[in-house]
Amino acid sequence: MLETLIGGIVIFTLATFLGVELINRVPTTLHTPLMSGANAISGITVVGAMIVAGGGHGWISAVLGFMAVVLGMMNVVGGYAVTDRMLQMFRRKPEAR
Amino acid sequence: MPGALAEILYLVAAVCFIIGLKRLSSPGTAVNGNRLSAMGMLIAMVVTLVDRGIVTYSVIAAGLVVGSALGLWMARAVKMTAMPQMVALLNGFGGGASLLVGGAEFLKSELIGQNLGLDTSITIQLSLLIGAVTLTGSIVAFAKLQELLPGRPITFPGLQVLNATIFLAIVALSIYQVATPESLLWPFYAVCALALLLGVLLVIPIGGADMPVVISLLNSYSGIAAAMTGFVIRNDVLIISGALVGSSGIILSQIMCRAMNRSLTNVLFGAFGGGAAAVTSGKSAEGLTVRQVSAEDAAVQLGYARSVIVVPGYGLAVAQAQHLVRELADQIEKRGGEVKYAIHPVAGRMPGHMNVLLAEANVPYEKLFDMDAVNGEFDRADVALVIGANDVVNPAARTDSGSPIYGMPILNADHARSVIVLKRGMGSGFAGIENELFYNPRTAMLFGDAKASLGKLVTELKALA
Repeated sequence: MLETLIGGIVIFTLATFLGVELINRVPTTLHTPLMSGANAISGITVVGAMIVAGGGHGWISAVLGFMAVVLGMMNVVGGYAVTDRMLQMFRRKPEAR
Repeated sequence: MPGALAEILYLVAAVCFIIGLKRLSSPGTAVNGNRLSAMGMLIAMVVTLVDRGIVTYSVIAAGLVVGSALGLWMARAVKMTAMPQMVALLNGFGGGASLLVGGAEFLKSELIGQNLGLDTSITIQLSLLIGAVTLTGSIVAFAKLQELLPGRPITFPGLQVLNATIFLAIVALSIYQVATPESLLWPFYAVCALALLLGVLLVIPIGGADMPVVISLLNSYSGIAAAMTGFVIRNDVLIISGALVGSSGIILSQIMCRAMNRSLTNVLFGAFGGGAAAVTSGKSAEGLTVRQVSAEDAAVQLGYARSVIVVPGYGLAVAQAQHLVRELADQIEKRGGEVKYAIHPVAGRMPGHMNVLLAEANVPYEKLFDMDAVNGEFDRADVALVIGANDVVNPAARTDSGSPIYGMPILNADHARSVIVLKRGMGSGFAGIENELFYNPRTAMLFGDAKASLGKLVTELKALA
């Protein structure tokens, strides 16, 4: 049981270092879309929310799960959609001129 | 679907997130990267639906429809100036989802009388704590940015002691819960309530000017909360994505802090920009005079300038004058001048905010330069046009060790051959400090609303033969 925890910690640590390497390459110009895009990724919690909502463990789980799916999905869809909207503005410039 | 295949598809989703973030390193590939990342999310969700022992789909479907509709509506409706609020709110939703998932997993074990393992028990507690702090902290940040709450720091004596006490109480209750074999309800509710309260108390003493740091930090928390949920439900893709987002938030907070020459501790606990911290610096403006300029004269100056550097500040966005700035730049360029934009990291209300606002006004991103790239060029610039910016061009940051912003990296607008400052009046900036730049003999002040002044400049430039 403790092995899974340790395994998780290993993955978490390595992914953190990877994240630092990736994010340091993002230019300042794109920091706002970076943030909203990263935000959408953190909406991955929706996976956990779906497991809770659909697990069939009584009404408490269903209610909490439903709320979690709604919040997670707003995070995911809102985050990706608004990031796309911003990035389009950065992209269309050179061609428009 | 066999378990191994599901694991591999989760890994594919994680790789999509990683490559998606990598492609954000250039505006050309970024759109594509974001969509790849969204694709990864879709894969992870479909795998979960098929593989994770889900028995009832109706609740999930309802949640997906409602959440997607609300999310899409928000993303479409939000104004670019309101982007910091939007991101704050989205952070809060992510945190809220983590709190709910952790809570539901706990209540399930309590209901069916199952003993949680030590590891799950610990990570549930962390999921609750981080999720709840992110949720309420983000809501307060949202309210401050939306001006539903006053932007100045709200603080009272003993607040930090209270926060520390609450935090220790949460830790003690969590340890008690984890150490007890069966799942107890009262410490669970107490931890949730205290953590929700802590989120409010942590953000409420932070001033509006420091919100960029707070949003970045909460962004990081929402990632860590997702990772903790990953530990609870034993899912690696959550741990990986959570860690990626966690590190991104930390890096952005550091960049913001460096740009203000403040430590993270000072931002979080310093209650800057109000109360006792806002005493004016040693230098006073008495005996100094400012030189006013008319729109006509300023237009002539701009019309004959070979090189102009625009320094936009948040005042520009407040006046909704981004489009006029671009028109002005077009006029100058038509007359053969060169226009660049110097963007201070804290020019907007969140990292990169000013760049987005200018991009919305069709300013090509090749003309936007960050501080390090552009500071050397002020020495060769004919005119530095400062619009609605104040503290980020205050030379006191270089020279006056008594000034609250001493040591903060600034844009060298005062190195330009001449400086035109568009400003509403002689009020001081966020930090409440006099700005020597305005009294510089080479500086001319054009008073008035930024939008009105820019409109006049554009008209005058057009009239200039």
